[in-house]
Amino acid sequence: MATLDINRVRKSYGSMEVLKEVNISIEDGEFLVLLGPSGCGKSTLLNIIAGLEDITGGDVLIGNRVVNDLPPKDRDIAMVFQSYALYPTMTVRQNIEFGMKIRGISAEERAKATKAAAEMLQMTGLLDRKPSQLSGGQRQRVAMGRAIVRHPELFLFDEPLSNLDAKLRVDMRTEIKRLHQRLGATIVYVTHDQIEAMTLATKVAVMKDGIVQHFGTPQEVYDRPANTYVARFVGSPAMNILRGRLVASDGPVTVAFETSDGEALVSGVPLSPESAARFRDREVLVGIRPEHFTMDTAGAVPLTVDMVEPTGPDTLVVFSAGGADVVARLDPLAISVGTKARFGVKAEKIVLFDPETETRLD
Amino acid sequence: MATKSLARQRAMGQTFIYGVLALLALYYLTPLWVMITTSLKPLDEIYGGSFIGLPQTVTFEAWSKAWSGACIGTECTGLKPYFINSILMVVPAVLLSTGLGALNGYVLTKWRFRGANLVFGMMLFGCFLPYQAVILPMAQVLGKLGLSGTIPGLILVHTLYGICFTSLFFRNYFITIPDELTKAAQIDGAGFFRIFFSIMLPAALPIIVVSCIWQFTQVWNDFLFGVSFTSGSDSPITVALNNIVNVTTGRKQYNVDMASAMIAAIPTLLVYVTAGRYFVRGLTAGAVKG
Amino acid sequence: MSDISKPASAGVAPRRPSASLSVRLAHWLPRIVLAPSFMAVLIGVYVFIGWTLWISMSSSSMLPRYDFVGLEQYVRLWNTPRWHTAVINLFLFTALFLAITIALGLLMAILLDQNIRAEGVLRTIYLYPMALSFIVTGTAWKWMLNPDLGIEKLVQSWGWESFAFDWITRPDFAIYCIVIAAVWQSTGFAMAIFLAGLRGIDGSIIKAAQIEGATLPRIYASIIVPMLRPAFLSVIVLLSYISIKSFDLVLALTNTGPGGSTEMPSTFMFAYTFQRNQMGVGAASAIMMLMTVAAIIVPYLYSELREDSHGH
Repeated sequence: MATLDINRVRKSYGSMEVLKEVNISIEDGEFLVLLGPSGCGKSTLLNIIAGLEDITGGDVLIGNRVVNDLPPKDRDIAMVFQSYALYPTMTVRQNIEFGMKIRGISAEERAKATKAAAEMLQMTGLLDRKPSQLSGGQRQRVAMGRAIVRHPELFLFDEPLSNLDAKLRVDMRTEIKRLHQRLGATIVYVTHDQIEAMTLATKVAVMKDGIVQHFGTPQEVYDRPANTYVARFVGSPAMNILRGRLVASDGPVTVAFETSDGEALVSGVPLSPESAARFRDREVLVGIRPEHFTMDTAGAVPLTVDMVEPTGPDTLVVFSAGGADVVARLDPLAISVGTKARFGVKAEKIVLFDPETETRLD
Repeated sequence: MATKSLARQRAMGQTFIYGVLALLALYYLTPLWVMITTSLKPLDEIYGGSFIGLPQTVTFEAWSKAWSGACIGTECTGLKPYFINSILMVVPAVLLSTGLGALNGYVLTKWRFRGANLVFGMMLFGCFLPYQAVILPMAQVLGKLGLSGTIPGLILVHTLYGICFTSLFFRNYFITIPDELTKAAQIDGAGFFRIFFSIMLPAALPIIVVSCIWQFTQVWNDFLFGVSFTSGSDSPITVALNNIVNVTTGRKQYNVDMASAMIAAIPTLLVYVTAGRYFVRGLTAGAVKG
Repeated sequence: MSDISKPASAGVAPRRPSASLSVRLAHWLPRIVLAPSFMAVLIGVYVFIGWTLWISMSSSSMLPRYDFVGLEQYVRLWNTPRWHTAVINLFLFTALFLAITIALGLLMAILLDQNIRAEGVLRTIYLYPMALSFIVTGTAWKWMLNPDLGIEKLVQSWGWESFAFDWITRPDFAIYCIVIAAVWQSTGFAMAIFLAGLRGIDGSIIKAAQIEGATLPRIYASIIVPMLRPAFLSVIVLLSYISIKSFDLVLALTNTGPGGSTEMPSTFMFAYTFQRNQMGVGAASAIMMLMTVAAIIVPYLYSELREDSHGH
């Protein structure tokens, strides 16, 4: 297993820049998720790590070794693809053994490794079938088996779950997580699904337009998103971002924002003294996660309920503030549309953003 | 009542459709029928006025004459040596053009480089080249190479122009195979040729059949190159057939003509009957996306 | 994981390897593999076309002569009455051949698309002529169109004494014989493409139109056939190409007779180049043919390729 360092990596096709100075470093055994919408450059980055695409600038290091000019086969990596990329004319066994065969590993060792991987992934009975005779989930297992037997320094996963149905996706997610824990492998995993990112990753890199917007642990990314883009992309329902004002910065920081039923004043928002001084009496963007609203009849936020969506474990209440819909996630409660009420807010969880640059204020 | 008349209408429509289809089938089958029956009749019966009917007396005399006795020019060897010429020409030409086409299609889809599309476009135009525009220089070059009027010369010509078609077939087939497959193989450590032979070729079996069948019929049925670049005993079978048929001296031996035509047609007809599906795919390949 | 043994060959590579010779070779290998075919096509198609063009502008007659006489050969070509016959025949032939083949092929495709029981057999019957050499087709039809012993004789023997079907012997009608044989050979091809197009149309469209009260012929005329536009384009282009280069069929069926009345550009080119020792005129006629084909094919390929790249 190995560390992975991506230093100032750039990639362009002609005049089109797909990656602009990407910097990411992870330790041995970490699970890095590259998260972003399609076209953000995450798959290109993965292909560059794999050696399937040339690098325009910068360095990729696997285990402290620069691999820029090494072909994929010499990088000691394994990869699981979105379409699984199983060789259609070979049986499952032949698929798994193909890479070992090329590397000149003896038939005996190949059989042993295949058997072990098959047992681990519970697909011993499938070894003599062709890929076309397998279900989606089974193909997925074979693809993972093909990666495991190689004992690579680095596993690469390219949206491996996006072709599965919802139920299977959750099962396989658990399976991948278990695999990571058992193998202690270093993994790079590309997805556009933020739940996968949150559940699997030890480090997340949220990407957009070829730039890493935020790199950190899933909890950091969730709690203290680097900018409004990350704030909106991670979490469901997304973080509410409201136009507000910094009204007091001596003592506890207080922000104010308009709702349909008047002004809400929330104090005790975390903010550094420098930022507080800089934004005093100026407009800020106020980021509040839905679950950070509380039932509190004496709370700071006056509102009229526009819509109620019970989900089972909790209830989503929609109201409007500053012309935008705001979603609050509350314990199941009986409340009807049109009700006027007051909610509280956990001030210490609020994140403020610069309205011009949309980056987080520390 | 309403449903009954609807059912009747439908039945009438069905009868009409089947009637038209059957008539058309007759139109397409008649020439084949006439060729076969005529080839089995003695000459007297033909001149006696039997055109479409079954032969009164079945004789294979015309077939044996066509095969080994009919005169082509001054040589009365029948079609046999020319049939062999055609086989000697077809087999290598088909194998070479299919093999090269497979490699080209593989490179053009899985190892794309700057200008690959231009290369493909240039090859594609070659499929539609009226060969009259290249026949003169080709005759000169074959002469310079000492291949004028030889089977190897024809193999070269057919391979060259066949590449355009076979590359198109394989390119359009390989483009449907996900690129991830070659990426996975690269990561498994397979190189250019390993991927080609272990993964692409086994997956390409249907298009290999299409390409072989297409090339086989094209090369076997070619007349222009044969008549332009060969003469006498080096000719392929189509040229020999045309010479038999166009003999103008003496009483015309229509039964021998028809037997000769059948002999020239049998190999491609056999291929068509046994592998028609692949044959049609080759035919429509030029139409369904370039 | 200790139960899976680590492959022995996970070698230790140098810390910062530069692109080695084998890596660079691997980079160029695809192009090296493609190169022979590319060179062959470059020479066999494009250089040879240039070469023919050159001959067409030289004074070559029996042997190629590499001088320059401008468009002299083209002037001679267009002053040759036989070339005029060839060009008129080509247009007449192409127009009839396309119209009949497309109409018949479309009819056959539509009828076959009506859940026909014996579809496989019928399709095989309609298509087998495509597997034949034009020489074979020409031979068979020459025999059938022969007035003394063929169809004319047959119909007369049925009692219709005045029946005449002697087109192949009449200069003003022989070209239609070529049309008949060419249609017979190529309709299956048009049918196959139309059928593929029909099979690609969503069946619920027909149901939707039926619910709106449209009759089947009407549905085909105003909805389905217009949807076959791409198939029409392909058929028209490919059939035009077949007709421009048709050579074997004319030679086998009429041998350009009677009296040169079925001359076509392809046969003209062959005769002037190889038999009449007027290589320059022959080359000029070949270039005329090439230009006609290119005018049809190049825009077609361009649009097909562009759609293709959009699709991916």
